[in-house]
Amino acid sequence: MVTREIKVCNRAGIHARPAANIVKIANKFDSELFLEKGTMKINGKSIMGIITLGATYQSSLTMICEGPEEESMADAIEKLFQNRFEE
Amino acid sequence: MSEFTILDLLDLDLKEHNHLSLICIAGRTGLSKKITTSKISRPGLPLSGFFEEFSNNSIQVFGRGEQAYLQKLEDEHNLASIERLFKYDIPCCVFCDGADPSPRFTVLAEETGTAILKTDLLSSDFSRRLYQTLDEVFAPTQTIHGVLVEVYGIGVLITGESGVGKSETALELIERGHRLISDDTVRLRNISDNFIVGMGENPLLAHHMEIRGLGILNLANLFGVGAIRDRKQVQLSVKLEQWDAKKNYDRVGEGSLHDTFLGIDIPMVIIPVKPGRNIPVIIETAARNERLKKLGYYSAKEFDQSVLKWLESESARNMYSFNEETH
Repeated sequence: MVTREIKVCNRAGIHARPAANIVKIANKFDSELFLEKGTMKINGKSIMGIITLGATYQSSLTMICEGPEEESMADAIEKLFQNRFEE
Repeated sequence: MSEFTILDLLDLDLKEHNHLSLICIAGRTGLSKKITTSKISRPGLPLSGFFEEFSNNSIQVFGRGEQAYLQKLEDEHNLASIERLFKYDIPCCVFCDGADPSPRFTVLAEETGTAILKTDLLSSDFSRRLYQTLDEVFAPTQTIHGVLVEVYGIGVLITGESGVGKSETALELIERGHRLISDDTVRLRNISDNFIVGMGENPLLAHHMEIRGLGILNLANLFGVGAIRDRKQVQLSVKLEQWDAKKNYDRVGEGSLHDTFLGIDIPMVIIPVKPGRNIPVIIETAARNERLKKLGYYSAKEFDQSVLKWLESESARNMYSFNEETH
């Protein structure tokens, strides 16, 4: 299991398109992705779930990857957050 | 629940028989105070000067008796116990029956930054509603990945791995006239250790659904207001999983499988998914069956009883015909 803190760097926060990006990347890996914000923990392979987090600009999330490809998955998701979802 | 303030209490969207009809009439600075317990206190004894076991961290509810006593104290200029009451850190005071607190009481509340709320409800009625509300607020919660739908009045929680077809199944159920409570993330609440109530994580985003190939859909607009619900008791858990030919599925239906959420057992069925199996119909049937069980009729057991009865009568007949043959 890989647990990392990630920060939302894009101004608009995680709305529909960034959420779709996360899911797209996450689905490439054979591992589970969970995102945590406060008391909420959601499945990172679900668009509606990610949007429901209400992750605003500068808010920080806990990313949990679990499975055979957890390391590379965590790297890919982290990179996506750092690139501001290519916005 | 991490934090619940007086302001959150005023902001709660409660309807009809749950409505608290609270307004803040003084001590606005105290609205940010936290409520930490679901207990309610009637401060009759403290007002009379007895402060032992005073539960100062609960909401103080002033009914007619307390209000009359306050009036008497003020008329007698005997303010010691009122002043002492405000020395404690109390979250807020609620005046019932639409009564206003006396001026002196209001001044003290303003000085100490304690919010005074007012309601038109009778104190007994208000206490009951407040208990119920706080019970829910402080109820243990859990957010799970799944879809909650109401099928024939039964709250059905559909869970399963991503891509197994939860949302598509729910969509078909809605198309057939059932109701969606929440897609994807469902917040479960344990209500007084009795039952589980599920709702959407965020009322603004509830009733939306993501369908692969179509994107995000607003179900309330697409299917109308009859297709949605805000909350529903979870009465049946349906687990969808990929068909596994080697696995033994329940073939008779006598097995009483249970799923446990927040310490409460919910009847569960496991439905294997494979192309050609119409999952919504199976879920509808499971919901109907659940209703029958609630009425005390167990299909599988009754069926078995009939089989046993039939076998018995057959063997009796056989004995008879055997006797005839020999004669």
